[in-house]
Amino acid sequence: MVATTGGSIVSDAPLKGRRPVSRSFWATARRRLSQDKVALVCGSILLIILLAAIFAPLITPHDPYRTSMARRLLPIGDARHWLGTDELGRDLLTRLIYGGRMSLFMGFAPVVLATLIGGFLGIVAGYCGGAINMLIMRVTDVFYAFPSVLLAVAISGVLGAGLVNSLVSLTLVFTPPIARVAESVTTQIRNQDYVEAARATGASAWRIVFGHVLANVTGPILIYASSMISVAIVIASGLSFLGLGVSPPNAEWGLMLNTLRQSIYVAPMNAILPGVMIFITSMSMNLISDSLRASMDVKV
Amino acid sequence: MLLYLLRRILYTLPIAIGVSMVCFALIHLAPGDPLSAVIPEGASPEVIAQIKTAYGFDQPLPIQYFNWIWRAVQGDFGMSIMTRRPVLSEVGPAVVNTMILAVAAVTLGFGLGVGLGIAAGYTAGSPIDRVVTAISVSGVSVPHYWLGMVLIVIFAVNLGVLPAMGMGAQGSATFALDWVSLRHLILPAIAMSVIPAGIIARSVRGTVIEVLKQDYVQTLHAKGLPGRRVFVHVVKNAAPTVLAIMGLQLAQLLGGSILVETVFSWPGTGFLLNTAIFTRDLPILQGTILVLSMFFVAINLMVDLLQSVLDPRIKRA
Repeated sequence: MVATTGGSIVSDAPLKGRRPVSRSFWATARRRLSQDKVALVCGSILLIILLAAIFAPLITPHDPYRTSMARRLLPIGDARHWLGTDELGRDLLTRLIYGGRMSLFMGFAPVVLATLIGGFLGIVAGYCGGAINMLIMRVTDVFYAFPSVLLAVAISGVLGAGLVNSLVSLTLVFTPPIARVAESVTTQIRNQDYVEAARATGASAWRIVFGHVLANVTGPILIYASSMISVAIVIASGLSFLGLGVSPPNAEWGLMLNTLRQSIYVAPMNAILPGVMIFITSMSMNLISDSLRASMDVKV
Repeated sequence: MLLYLLRRILYTLPIAIGVSMVCFALIHLAPGDPLSAVIPEGASPEVIAQIKTAYGFDQPLPIQYFNWIWRAVQGDFGMSIMTRRPVLSEVGPAVVNTMILAVAAVTLGFGLGVGLGIAAGYTAGSPIDRVVTAISVSGVSVPHYWLGMVLIVIFAVNLGVLPAMGMGAQGSATFALDWVSLRHLILPAIAMSVIPAGIIARSVRGTVIEVLKQDYVQTLHAKGLPGRRVFVHVVKNAAPTVLAIMGLQLAQLLGGSILVETVFSWPGTGFLLNTAIFTRDLPILQGTILVLSMFFVAINLMVDLLQSVLDPRIKRA
């Protein structure tokens, strides 16, 4: 009756026994993530889509560009074309798998670029303060003052359709919010006692930025950036859907939705299929981002 | 308080000017000459120079900007290259149509979001809560233009109960408060409402949980106030945050309606923008973007002001 475990009133175990294992921030986050079932499931889904997209030529049964007038808009469940064919008779399953290449790239690349640029600008603004902060943050505010979809459409619309132009416009959309997060965290860190102490001991600005600021800013920025990816996937596909993104005959989910829209009365199920992929990907990314936030226990 | 309001308004001015500069710069970002759609093919250099002078493109950029913004403030946004009509007479009705769609969508999303959020907040951790959380994550993740297509497939193609395109009978571009127009509004409004619904449900859930934990709610319960009356207190405390989110969502929808408008051929700003982009009608493009982004800035400002009036706890330095 003496041996009581957890929840006992006299819990002096930590004092006598082994020292509690102290884990680093990243180790704790990784541990929590690996125990999060939702994150694991969503991560697996994304990984499958990604691997399928990378190894598309090896696993797809058909040529994604081979058209056939005789086999247009075959229904889902066809013996040769499991998910049917599109309006030009191309195999839908094959094109959905190939489409993952462009769609995932357009979801991740702008956010990665925006994280690097926005993170850099935010840290510089936060660390330097004063006039430099003013300059950077006010310009950021101006771009932040546009509705995100409108800004993306406006820039893509003016520059013209194309992969690079979409990349530019989406990066411009996502840079300001990330710069804001980086700036506010950096400003907080800069005024901490330990940074003051580091400065007093003669640490250089580089050393403070790489040693203290970066270590604290990385978590919040990563979490914020991860929540942007699902938005980026939806907006990037939206640009293609409007005809402002990738150009035909490339396989991209938004563009496929666009061209299949004409056949919505003839083959409605085929027409909505690419959207399912966008939905699954963006939802998985959203849930992963939520798990990341929980695992790092940061409020952005 | 008054000082804060004044300062907040003053702070918005430079942002608005910056936004107008970006809109102005857009035209000069465009590849090729902004006048390429006006200048007839094979025009002589003299004619080109003449046209440039007529449009004011021969002057230095800062002066061009000031001339442009000065006219814009007076309501003159130039002429559409395609229709040869004043930009304002094209943008005006389109903004009204987009506003109708956005307000309908936000109202719908608000109702749904608040209902779901309160249900989830009161039953935090239960299966109901989990279902609501799943719905709200789907709401923020779903590509709404695709949802629009799905709705068309279900209600227009399969059931044949609702129209899939346009705003009224025979491609009417003005909204009338009658059954025909309302029927056209239903599907696009639903498609656009899912994002605000998801976001509002999430934040209402969080706020309700937060408020229910507060000491004063405990006190209210302890003194025997019926749950119905405690609920009133919860609503009062959650209202400012939720209203702010609703306002911001309305602003986002005004600018983000282009995709849903394209799916449903709704004659709003999105539709206008889409046409302007593909006909390279730069004055229309510039005018629409300027008007929409100014609305966005103004709504953001109003939300901020309203919030500080509604919630006296927000003391801002």
